[in-house]
Amino acid sequence: MPITYTSGEQIEVYRFSIPVTVGVPLLALFLQSFVPKLFPWFAIYVDLPLLVTIFFGMARRNPISGLLTGAAIGLAQDMLGPYPIGIYGIAKTVVGYLASSLGVKLDVENAGTRLLVTLGFYLVHAAVYFTVARGMVNLTLNWSWSRGILAGLANAVLGVVLYFVLDKFKQRT
Amino acid sequence: MESVLGRYRNLTILVGVLFLQVLGLAVQVKRSAEAENTRLIRIWAVDLITPFERGLVWAQNGSSNLWHSYIFLRGVRAENHQLKEQIEQMRLEQVRLSEDAAQAHRLQSLLAFKEQFIVKPLPAQVIGSSGSDLSRSIYIDKGSNDGLVQDMAVITAGGIVGKVLRVYPSTSLVLMINDQSSGVGVLLEKSRLQGVLRGTPDGELILERVMSDETVVPGETVLSSGGDQIFPKGLPVGTVSKVSPGREMFLNIKVKPAADLSRLEEVLVVTEKQEREPAVAEGGSRVRAADILAQRLPSVPDKPATVAGTAPGSGASGGKPQSNGAGKPGTGNGTTGAVRKPAGGAPAGSNAASSGGAHSLPVAAPPTTGEVLQKGVQKAASGDSATSGGSGGAAGPKGSGSSAAVSGTADATSAAASSRASTVAPSVTPGGTANSASSAAKPAATAPPKPATAQPNPQPAVSEENPH
Repeated sequence: MPITYTSGEQIEVYRFSIPVTVGVPLLALFLQSFVPKLFPWFAIYVDLPLLVTIFFGMARRNPISGLLTGAAIGLAQDMLGPYPIGIYGIAKTVVGYLASSLGVKLDVENAGTRLLVTLGFYLVHAAVYFTVARGMVNLTLNWSWSRGILAGLANAVLGVVLYFVLDKFKQRT
Repeated sequence: MESVLGRYRNLTILVGVLFLQVLGLAVQVKRSAEAENTRLIRIWAVDLITPFERGLVWAQNGSSNLWHSYIFLRGVRAENHQLKEQIEQMRLEQVRLSEDAAQAHRLQSLLAFKEQFIVKPLPAQVIGSSGSDLSRSIYIDKGSNDGLVQDMAVITAGGIVGKVLRVYPSTSLVLMINDQSSGVGVLLEKSRLQGVLRGTPDGELILERVMSDETVVPGETVLSSGGDQIFPKGLPVGTVSKVSPGREMFLNIKVKPAADLSRLEEVLVVTEKQEREPAVAEGGSRVRAADILAQRLPSVPDKPATVAGTAPGSGASGGKPQSNGAGKPGTGNGTTGAVRKPAGGAPAGSNAASSGGAHSLPVAAPPTTGEVLQKGVQKAASGDSATSGGSGGAAGPKGSGSSAAVSGTADATSAAASSRASTVAPSVTPGGTANSASSAAKPAATAPPKPATAQPNPQPAVSEENPH
């Protein structure tokens, strides 16, 4: 039963088994690397590691756990790419922290809330990524609002479905 | 202090983690020109992900092969027929191009020009990508165990793909040419203007450093210039798709990549290049493209011979007229030496020399396609010594394209990649030649013998020196 209270004492905090904690991010990274080979648009509109970061952050509702999860997933994603390690790491650390902080204050088990939250976090993630990539790595990135919103919506819709599936792995503390 | 840290514990940890990452990033950016200081953790990450990708690709290919090679074979016969015709046309084109190439080589040798030949392409399979829309890179299933090193060129039959950026034991990361951190030295095929091809954040290709007073037209082919020391000169890169005025007196030229970079399956890694002077073809063994074309023109319906001529026979011994009644171009069929035409007999295949009026005179016919191919192969085998490692066989610029296409997949792709460039030396195997000769001989062998007929000769005999 979803908990809809905003009091920290009444909010349900979940944990996950080790195989899920390790396996789901790895699976997300694998799919993010492999699926664009078959469907090139996938890399443009979907960021599975980001969705997993948001999900774990919101479910655990522990900012430290959220930011560490985000950092680990982001750094792993960086390692698969050609650019210096840390760009995704920083962006996902921020998102993990914000997601878990938000999870403490909001009902994040409602589909509508999840949709909006994921859209918002996608934009936050993109903003941090662009800032770091431009400011530190000197990459030239063009931001397109239309594409950003479209990708955010795509991630949000996929996220709602994905969160529903991942909810099955939740364990009450 | 402790109370402050305790109160803002989460925020402190966040700042600490972010600071560490920023620090790490700064170190990497500063040392980007140096060797891989992050190599180990990258290896861990790649080793964790790529085995699954390799397995999945293997399974995918297996099921795809099962379907395409055994179950779904509709239309294969028609396609086979079509491909055979295409091969015939390509053989003609090949002979013509080899003549041009030989001329170019002669000129280059006069200038002591050295060019790079791709000696050893290694086929590799694409198993994954970086998974980000902001970077354009792919993973291939070959690594340092297969002899790959950093900065090797990666190409396909269509054109260049990118360069090897990082090498792991069994996989490699390839930075594609449309990544924004990539740069390729290129030149325009017709105008010979040189520039630098760069990727954009959107994955497009922009040709930079071309002055705005130059004339560049959309549709012009872009080739690698070799100036980057990674890609051999002359490989197809793409075509100009849009030209507009840019900043600072430069043109803004968009280029459409020749290779389909979004759907790469197999690629070739150029593991070995060779720089040498081009071989010069011997003047005496030159084959005129016009002769070959003349031979392949559709045959004129044969008329009965009125002069006792050589009876039509089967072509290997020379002097045999061949014809394919359907009007299909005669294909040389492996005759050796000059074919002596029967007086007034049916012309050899669809020989333009005979159609040009040599029916009643015994003239030395131009070499047949089989001969030409054979000569080309012999020249390739004797003249150029480059060898194709993965595929075997001698390699040379002459007479290589279609034979290579017959002899193996890897060669076929490399030959296709190099046909316009003349820098790749695909192999020509004796097997390939034999195949072409035997297939070429087929129509002539099945063609019904024509009666020897004399026929008035309205045109002068065509000599070998000047067939037209």
